[in-house]
Amino acid sequence: MKVGIVLKRELQSYFSTSIAYVFVLIFLILSGVFTFYLGGFFEREQADLSPFFTFHPWLYLFLIPAISMRTWSEERKSGSIELLLTLPLSRTDIILGKFLAAWLFAGSALALTFPLWITVNYLGDPDNGVIVASYIGSWLMAGAFLAIGTCMSAVTKSQVIAFVLSGTVSLLFVMAGFPLVLNVLKGAVPVLILDIIASMSFLEHFSAVARGVVSLQDFLYFVAVIAALLMATSVVLDMKKGA
Amino acid sequence: MIKVSHLRKEYGDLVAVDDVSFELAPGEILGFLGPNGAGKSTTMKMLTGFLGTTDGEVSVWGCDVATDRIAAQSHIGYLPEGAPCYEEMTPRSFLRFIGETRGYSGKALKSAVDEAVRVLSLERVMDQKIETLSKGFKRRVGLAQAILHDPDVLVLDEPTDGLDPNQKHQVREMIKGLSKEKIVIISTHILEEVSAVCNRVMVLSAGNVVVDTTPAELQARSRYHGAVTVVLKEDDAPDPDQQALPDMPAESAGPDKTQRARQILLEQGRGVTAVEVNQNRLTVIGDTEGLTAAVTNCLAANKIAFEGLMVEQGRLDDVFRDLTAGDSQ
Repeated sequence: MKVGIVLKRELQSYFSTSIAYVFVLIFLILSGVFTFYLGGFFEREQADLSPFFTFHPWLYLFLIPAISMRTWSEERKSGSIELLLTLPLSRTDIILGKFLAAWLFAGSALALTFPLWITVNYLGDPDNGVIVASYIGSWLMAGAFLAIGTCMSAVTKSQVIAFVLSGTVSLLFVMAGFPLVLNVLKGAVPVLILDIIASMSFLEHFSAVARGVVSLQDFLYFVAVIAALLMATSVVLDMKKGA
Repeated sequence: MIKVSHLRKEYGDLVAVDDVSFELAPGEILGFLGPNGAGKSTTMKMLTGFLGTTDGEVSVWGCDVATDRIAAQSHIGYLPEGAPCYEEMTPRSFLRFIGETRGYSGKALKSAVDEAVRVLSLERVMDQKIETLSKGFKRRVGLAQAILHDPDVLVLDEPTDGLDPNQKHQVREMIKGLSKEKIVIISTHILEEVSAVCNRVMVLSAGNVVVDTTPAELQARSRYHGAVTVVLKEDDAPDPDQQALPDMPAESAGPDKTQRARQILLEQGRGVTAVEVNQNRLTVIGDTEGLTAAVTNCLAANKIAFEGLMVEQGRLDDVFRDLTAGDSQ
């Protein structure tokens, strides 16, 4: 397994371009803004981080595609994909290595929000178990967004198109449980399918996590989404290679 | 050794490679010639396992590329067209990455990288980002990654494209200097490159091999093979020495002289079939063994002075055009 080699190179490239620094900075600023202004962190007078976590799906919706858009598009555009795919590396090593690098990177940005955790512990007496679980849940959801993003990035040479596509597909996943989506489909598809679509919603699965209700089911859901989309990436790569 | 049998690649309705078969043994340096779109790059992409084949089989050093891709790829060093690499990296970190994927680590990795860097003289730029390097250096970084693991098979897609004459020479010397145990495949549309480095040449046209031979034999197919080129003496101003010898006609290599020489050669030269004029050069094409003697005798008999004479080996671009004409239509 040479996953580590690919992972290391990918991580290096995040930090040797300015992407890493810009992303972390914006992520931290925005998560602060959401928590304190929109979430009413102080006004609630509760010692928990749910105002922080509640906004993560929306934050990820446009920030994660910014990380993932270059994963394959750039390789295709510069032609380095031909080099990468002719090195003696298995397809799994490459896809997983690229995904894990992006996921670790998103994880480190998330970890850098630790001052919030310290703050809430200083101000009150939160349930730290719930907070840890929420962090893990949020990281898993970030992984699902990234898996969508890397898959969309494999579709096109253009990073801009990759960004827009990932944003759109992610939005569908986030909004799947909303009446906006469900009402359109109501009547057109059987109830069973409607239920399946509703159960695909990121928001549905994450809102429980953000409130502190931790279930294995929600965690497994995100893991399944990641696995499915990484497999889809492999298929897309094979289809688009010759083009 | 490499075996390619009935290789075919279709993109929808377009047939990029129709039916290509060949075998290569260690020590062979194969030049792929052909106009753009003839299928050179596509063939290389299938050979290196980047593209799947529509039909046919490729095996490299006994490993089938379709079923045993990674094993086959570990025998190959590949420079894709345009020498793409990760531009945000430095040559040092890039080459180390390539080395790691090739299974090197620690001291072995360092010495493999050092050796590739030495061969391509990259020492000076090792810690600059690749995107800041000149085209020549980028190409050499690409070559360095291809030779890093001392591969049995080297596949180079247009290795000297965009290099200046000195760099071209350097790259050709590097290829010639490789061990005799290796197989090298080069695609190019620079014809001189083929005679400079290859010992086998294949001309591709519209996805098929139209010729598979040696560079010398390919040259021999030229109508100019064995032709004699004569450079007439050029003396526009009347030469005082010649005026001193009144029985020597003072000829000047003006249009009159060359045209007269052409006429004489065509009429009196034994075995001469055609004469082409280019300023004060005459290229005499004939069908006889002793063409050189026939031409010199004929010129001397008519007191036409010349200052140079050479026998041509044949012109590759001329053969190339003959073989691939109709491709662009």
